[in-house]
Amino acid sequence: MSDTKKPQGAELSEDVVRRVAHLSRLALDDASIERHRGQLVSILGYIDRLRELDTENVDPMAHPLDVVNRLDADEPRACLSNEALMKMAPQAAAPFVRVPKVLGGGEGA
Amino acid sequence: MELHDHTLIQLRDAIARREVSSEEAIRASLARIDSLDTGENGLNAFLEVFHDRALDDARAIDRRIAAEGAEAVGPLAGVPVAIKDNMCLDHGRTTCASRILENYESPYTATAVQRLIDAGAVIVGKTNLDEFAMGSSTEHSAFGPTLNPWDRARAPGGSSGGSAAAVAARMVPGALGSDTGGSIRQPAGLCGVVGVKPTYGRVSRYGLVAFASSLDQIGPFARNCADAALLMNVITGHDPLDSTSVDFEAPDHLTELERPLEGLRLGVPRLARSDQNHPEVARIFESAIEAYSGLGAEIVDIELPLMKSGVAAYYIVAPAEASSNLARYDGVRYGRRAEIGPNDDLVALYARSRAEGFGSEVQRRIMLGTFALSSGYYEAYYNTALKTRRLIKNEFDAVFADASGPRVHAVLTPSSPEPAFKLGAKLDDPLAMYLEDIYTVTANLAGVAGVSIPGGFVDLPGAPKGLPVGLQLLCPTFAEASMLRIARMFEKTGDWNSRAPEL
Repeated sequence: MSDTKKPQGAELSEDVVRRVAHLSRLALDDASIERHRGQLVSILGYIDRLRELDTENVDPMAHPLDVVNRLDADEPRACLSNEALMKMAPQAAAPFVRVPKVLGGGEGA
Repeated sequence: MELHDHTLIQLRDAIARREVSSEEAIRASLARIDSLDTGENGLNAFLEVFHDRALDDARAIDRRIAAEGAEAVGPLAGVPVAIKDNMCLDHGRTTCASRILENYESPYTATAVQRLIDAGAVIVGKTNLDEFAMGSSTEHSAFGPTLNPWDRARAPGGSSGGSAAAVAARMVPGALGSDTGGSIRQPAGLCGVVGVKPTYGRVSRYGLVAFASSLDQIGPFARNCADAALLMNVITGHDPLDSTSVDFEAPDHLTELERPLEGLRLGVPRLARSDQNHPEVARIFESAIEAYSGLGAEIVDIELPLMKSGVAAYYIVAPAEASSNLARYDGVRYGRRAEIGPNDDLVALYARSRAEGFGSEVQRRIMLGTFALSSGYYEAYYNTALKTRRLIKNEFDAVFADASGPRVHAVLTPSSPEPAFKLGAKLDDPLAMYLEDIYTVTANLAGVAGVSIPGGFVDLPGAPKGLPVGLQLLCPTFAEASMLRIARMFEKTGDWNSRAPEL
């Protein structure tokens, strides 16, 4: 039943917006959270008109084309060189890109 | 006539006849850009101009024309064109008008751009856009807005505002843009040029930086239908590098362009005549209907009741896809990376790089899309939007075909409800900006073809030559050639595309 929640106006709480910001991987300060909350409420208020349509028994349409899983021939082809990729990376220790410690201490998803 | 006043085909033909060299054509284009685009009153249509490279390319084309003849070089031999800066090119930067890609250099070239180059065109520069193509005014560029050539106090529309303004200001005779919800057609309308949104799948998206992958299409801007048709000939075609590119040969868009469509039936949806239109847009729209009627077209009143639901469905579907597509900007593999402390983790690196790198509109759409896809809201928002999308497609199917053949050949609407608006007018009201797309978004949701052509001019203070109003035609999938024929029928009834802004 949780899939029918409807965040009307004030119902879109600051907590929900913070959770969305975390899922979006956006580090937002309090003022930004509040600004986003106000704008989301306004935009979702407009979008709520879709609920007036009868969409019972309608197939969702994710894509305009009917093609599915077109497969390439299984032939090796040249791809970008490690050098090209390293050139793009903001911090690299060739042949790797450098990231902060990944295991432990993270807040996860 | 000065070189920059030549249309694409005129310039191409002059180069082919060796009356003008490609180098001269490129010099004229670069000089026009230099005089109009930079400085205090500059239009800011370009984010990067390839002065040296373009002249080198032009000289190489000239040598090939001398050796092999222009025809062997290709149908665009020697002409200058511009591309929107969300298309990859293997030199220069590909920024998407975003801080997060400010210094990004693509190692490869987009297929549609490569097709221009293979046809002999010279890429003179990359044009401004709303960041990641998200916006309807080009004001959401991290590098400042593009100004409308008809009135510098107004926006050119967006997101392909740089390409539209560059063609309208005659800096280049043709350009590429991308259209996810109207980003070619709306700025074409507001700048008084022709802009084509091809059928989804018609033009390869390989190398187009993804915004909403089930909606994005690359298409041409030009000053008239024939030039747009020529560019369509060049950029369409199957591309194995894009799994959604259709393997379905396109006809020559020029062959029958001048032949009016006999028995033309045009559908006019009720919404297109609603009182939400600016009165001058409504006046021009009615005169366009009369013009088609005078050409023998049958005008059919149609309902398309869901056209008014398009914006609501679109602003779930497009942000949902964007939130997923833009997850790749993480500060790790490429693009901007935030400075973090020794105890910060990977999530902090992602979140700070993205908060610093993305502008407000992009953040808003990522938030909206993430929300619509999140547990608890997916069914109510994302799935409802996808069901609405199906209903919109069914509506188009019904007007374009029934048991006895097409009910209408094209749907006619204004390209947007009002002429170019003042810079800043909608910047603080996202919803007002989204409603700019009311006539255009349904084409992307359904995947059908669309075009905006100059429909007439409105006299408003500040615009000495008037402000252009765009007329939109929506056609069935893969019907671009007949769509351009229908557009050409109207084009011949006026002189709108010979007008130039006072610059």
